[in-house]
Amino acid sequence: MKVDHSQPLEYSTEQNRLNILGFWIFLGAEIMLFGTLFTCYFTLVNRTSDGPIGAEIFEITPVLMETFLLLTSSFVIGLGIHAMRLGNKKAMQAFFILTLLLGIGFLAFEITEFITYYEEGATLQTSAFTSILFTTLGTHGAHVSLGLFWGLFIILQVRKRGITPVTANKSFIFSLYWHFLDVVWIFIFTFIYMKGLTQL
Amino acid sequence: MGYFSRFAVPHPSPAIYASMIAIAVTVFLIIAGITYFKKWIYLWDGWITTVDHKKIGIMYLISALLMLFRGGVDALMMRAQLAVPDNKLLDSQHYNEVFSTHGVIMVLFMAMPYIMGLMNFVVPLQIGARDVAFPRLNAVSFWLFFMGAMLFNLSFVIGGSPDAGWSSYFPLAGNEFSPHVGTNYYMISIQIAGIGTLMTGINFLTTILKMRAPGMTLMRMPMFTWASLTTCIIIIFAFPVLTIALLMGTMDRLFATKFFTITDGGMDMLWANLFWVWGHPEVYILILPAFGLFSEIIPTFSRRNIYGYTSMVASMVLISFYSFLVWTHHFFTMGQTAYVNSIFSITTMIIAIPTGIKIFNWLFTMWRGRIRFTVPMLYCLAFIPLFTIGGVTGVMLAMSAADYQYHNTMFLVAHFHNVIIPGVVFAVLGASTYYWPKMFGFVLNEKIGKLAFWFLVIGFCLAFFPMYITGLDGQARRMYTYSEDTGFGPWNMVATIGAVCMAISFVLIVYMIYYSIRNAKKEAVSDPWDARNLEWATHTPVPEYNFAIIPQVNSREAFWDAKYKGHPLFKGDYEKIHMPNNSGVPFLMSLFFFALGFGLVFSMWYLAICGLIGVFICMAHRSFEQDHGRYISVEEIKETEAKYGGTHK
Amino acid sequence: MKTKWALFVVHFLIAFVLIGCDKIAVLDPKGPQAQTQANVIWLSIGIMSVIVVVVCAILVFVLVKYRDSKLPKDYEPPYIEGNRVVETIIVIVPILIVAFFSVVTIITNNKVEATPQAYKGQDPLIVYASSSNWKWHFSYPEENIETVNYLYIPTNRPLEFKLYSFGPITSFWIPQLGGQKYAMSDMVTTLHLAADEAGEMMGRNANFSGVGFAENSFYVEAMSQDDFDDWVTEVKETAEPLTEEKFQQLLKPGHLGQLTFTGTHLPFSPAPEGEHAGHNHGKDGPKADTNGNQEHDVHEHDTSTS
Repeated sequence: MKVDHSQPLEYSTEQNRLNILGFWIFLGAEIMLFGTLFTCYFTLVNRTSDGPIGAEIFEITPVLMETFLLLTSSFVIGLGIHAMRLGNKKAMQAFFILTLLLGIGFLAFEITEFITYYEEGATLQTSAFTSILFTTLGTHGAHVSLGLFWGLFIILQVRKRGITPVTANKSFIFSLYWHFLDVVWIFIFTFIYMKGLTQL
Repeated sequence: MGYFSRFAVPHPSPAIYASMIAIAVTVFLIIAGITYFKKWIYLWDGWITTVDHKKIGIMYLISALLMLFRGGVDALMMRAQLAVPDNKLLDSQHYNEVFSTHGVIMVLFMAMPYIMGLMNFVVPLQIGARDVAFPRLNAVSFWLFFMGAMLFNLSFVIGGSPDAGWSSYFPLAGNEFSPHVGTNYYMISIQIAGIGTLMTGINFLTTILKMRAPGMTLMRMPMFTWASLTTCIIIIFAFPVLTIALLMGTMDRLFATKFFTITDGGMDMLWANLFWVWGHPEVYILILPAFGLFSEIIPTFSRRNIYGYTSMVASMVLISFYSFLVWTHHFFTMGQTAYVNSIFSITTMIIAIPTGIKIFNWLFTMWRGRIRFTVPMLYCLAFIPLFTIGGVTGVMLAMSAADYQYHNTMFLVAHFHNVIIPGVVFAVLGASTYYWPKMFGFVLNEKIGKLAFWFLVIGFCLAFFPMYITGLDGQARRMYTYSEDTGFGPWNMVATIGAVCMAISFVLIVYMIYYSIRNAKKEAVSDPWDARNLEWATHTPVPEYNFAIIPQVNSREAFWDAKYKGHPLFKGDYEKIHMPNNSGVPFLMSLFFFALGFGLVFSMWYLAICGLIGVFICMAHRSFEQDHGRYISVEEIKETEAKYGGTHK
Repeated sequence: MKTKWALFVVHFLIAFVLIGCDKIAVLDPKGPQAQTQANVIWLSIGIMSVIVVVVCAILVFVLVKYRDSKLPKDYEPPYIEGNRVVETIIVIVPILIVAFFSVVTIITNNKVEATPQAYKGQDPLIVYASSSNWKWHFSYPEENIETVNYLYIPTNRPLEFKLYSFGPITSFWIPQLGGQKYAMSDMVTTLHLAADEAGEMMGRNANFSGVGFAENSFYVEAMSQDDFDDWVTEVKETAEPLTEEKFQQLLKPGHLGQLTFTGTHLPFSPAPEGEHAGHNHGKDGPKADTNGNQEHDVHEHDTSTS
């Protein structure tokens, strides 16, 4: 592997540059994926049948907590990447661990939120609206869950192998993924929760 | 018995039992054969674990040919059933299963992998690269496609085939009207193969953008590479839509969600929209690479450069853009206003403009050329008039007022076969003949090839032109039979005769391959057609590293210039070459995907969960694995190059 | 040779269509809408044939003139980048054709989506045509009668078909009166037709809907308004009333012959339009939307204020 030292570590080899470009393209596909989900959501949002409408089940507090946790985690992983560029392995690991903890917090809130919906009678099968609601949120949640494992693996690798072109590349790509999930959440927050809550 | 009764085919017939036995016997023979000839290790090391784009390409092609056989048998069964009025050969349920699987297999498991195979084999060679950007991912893509295809084909003997058409419209495809597992197979196997396709799109886009030989600017890329680039962009934007549509369809069927149901607010029109938002670009995912292949073959056998390179590129970019703006033309009759229909009519017709430009550019490429009538060229020459007919009937269909009369009839069936067969099938058949020597080191027999070609072209015309007429006369598509007084009988008989001709052509193609393997001169010719692009600058067979020295490009036809204008293609000395290692994990991971898919089809949750965990373990393994590849030493390169007769300088 | 053959096929095809046009349903229109559509089809066949002929002619010319065997041994094809004039022509001409067709398509779209010009101002006959696996139910709300699998219509009067389905998506199609339109479970679509002359016609579901699809056709007869009125009176005198129970029986999957009833199913099983539209359907769907309407109204109110 030829290492180009004029570049940041994560860009320093040809394969690293390919990986990052490839991942950006993958994120393009992910945008289409979530874009489709949002389109379906907008199409089905009023098709509530006998079930509740958004305003009847959404609660602002857990949603704000989820938003706060995920946005903070996105900021923290930015700090982690900064630490990585400075070569500070300890700080980087600490920030990554904090990111994942915030992610776990987000998931915990989301799971309780889902349980509340079920208790209120809004299940996956209630209406077209609840089906698409759970599917959209669930797809995002599944991405976060997958990200938790991925992030954990990266932390373990950095701990064992240090900050190398390979691990730096992986960490950087993971941070892109995590920021992306944050962006998707902002859309969910705005167009599903805020719009839903103002429905009454 | 209760547990196993779920695997029973709901509408068994002697044909299905015979197929079960045939499949069992074939599997046994293959396993026994491999064991007897001690080929397991060869198979594992040489093919199953390979990450070499050339071998993956060849595996795609073999799978595609197998699927062409399966889809072709389906087509013959349909034609046999429709040959005469009131035929009792197939009952309605069987006919429905046959046309549904025919459509899915031909589009997704034949045409797609054929195109993917050619892309895999040709693109890296054409841009002067040693492999794709992500070789391991490439293997994952192939094996996901393969397992998706296998899962889909399994439906025939276990549990029953999908029977709601290849477009699988809800609510017909929902649990209420399609209670057996056939449609589960549809949803899940296409999902698995679709993930593979999406990965291929990402992989090749990165490859083409980043790994071109020095000097090959975007506007110096060969036409097929351009076509692949635009195709990849379409894949990346279109396939996620399918992913979501299939996810929603699967959830409706397995978890009783209410996306497309009749009750509880479900919306059947949403499926139709999602399906065609993917489905129409999908058509261009098939046809653009086919255009690219024609643009490779025609210049070679006209001994001329491609006419109007810039307009060729511009038209492909335009087509890929417009492909996303026309989906509504698949359901002009769904009750939109005249205003909406008019807009989509016009966007659809606009696609005819760049397509027309391409047709004329091909004609002008031959103009003042020196045309050789080889088999690949014959396919191109038949393509031009036949595809034009298909294209103009497409414009006719695009006029939505008249489409009310064409929609859902044999006229439509005739139209899309008239673009897909001359467009895609002729392209891949021509291109596989064209690239055959580069893949296998010998030229296919011309005589049998030409015979097969004529059978195919004549068979095609006989099979599909009558459908234009019966369609206008009121023969709806997907009808398993019709009565004598409709008057469709004679035309359908002609169509069936045409289908038989096409089947003969397929047999001839297989015979041609067999005959050529036995009899062709196995002299390694690296450039048998006097071609123009970099893929022909390699040795035959192509060494695993493709190019010992990365070629220098300074024009659109660097290899032609090297041959006839003294352009130095390979400068510098050998250096050690970095290559990726083989890996069995992609295959293993796809097996887990297969288990996951099979578990989901039959709602066997433990199996599905095990499959899913297996997939995750494979991904985790990849994360922790330290694989830096290996190096091919300069001595080894020298040895290989000497064996093939030295680097072409 | 092959191109000549292709040309031959094209000519053969066109000639055959020309000869057989009397018998081909779509090109033998019996109403203004089908007439409009047949005109569009003929116009497009005409212009498109010219394009096919031009392409084939260029191809034949090139193949004859520049085939390897006909050329001198030392002929070496030139390098030609392109030609601005030629490329402009091959862009402009298709654009003009498409522009022309665009105008045609806009005009004709508006024609087929409206009451036929010749019968404007007349009171249309409204027929609710609904499909169930694998039958067609025709409700005449004004006449208060209902038929199954056959359709009687008056000539020289606009017809307005309200289409919906009790099952999969189907497509209502009477080729000689005009093009088809989908019938779906969660909304009503409208098809404007009219018959110019009396006669018998074939109608069918054109959209695949399962095992019984092929036989999912119906008989159409157009007759003068007087004959139609006589028929309505006769039905009212002789036919049985359509009860909800009877209608539920009719909905069961299968095939039925031609049936006639007084009354329609619309009072107890309304079409999915207005307050009965798809997104308001509860558990029972369009089959029996009798309970829970009150709740629906509340939700509709909620959502419409957003």
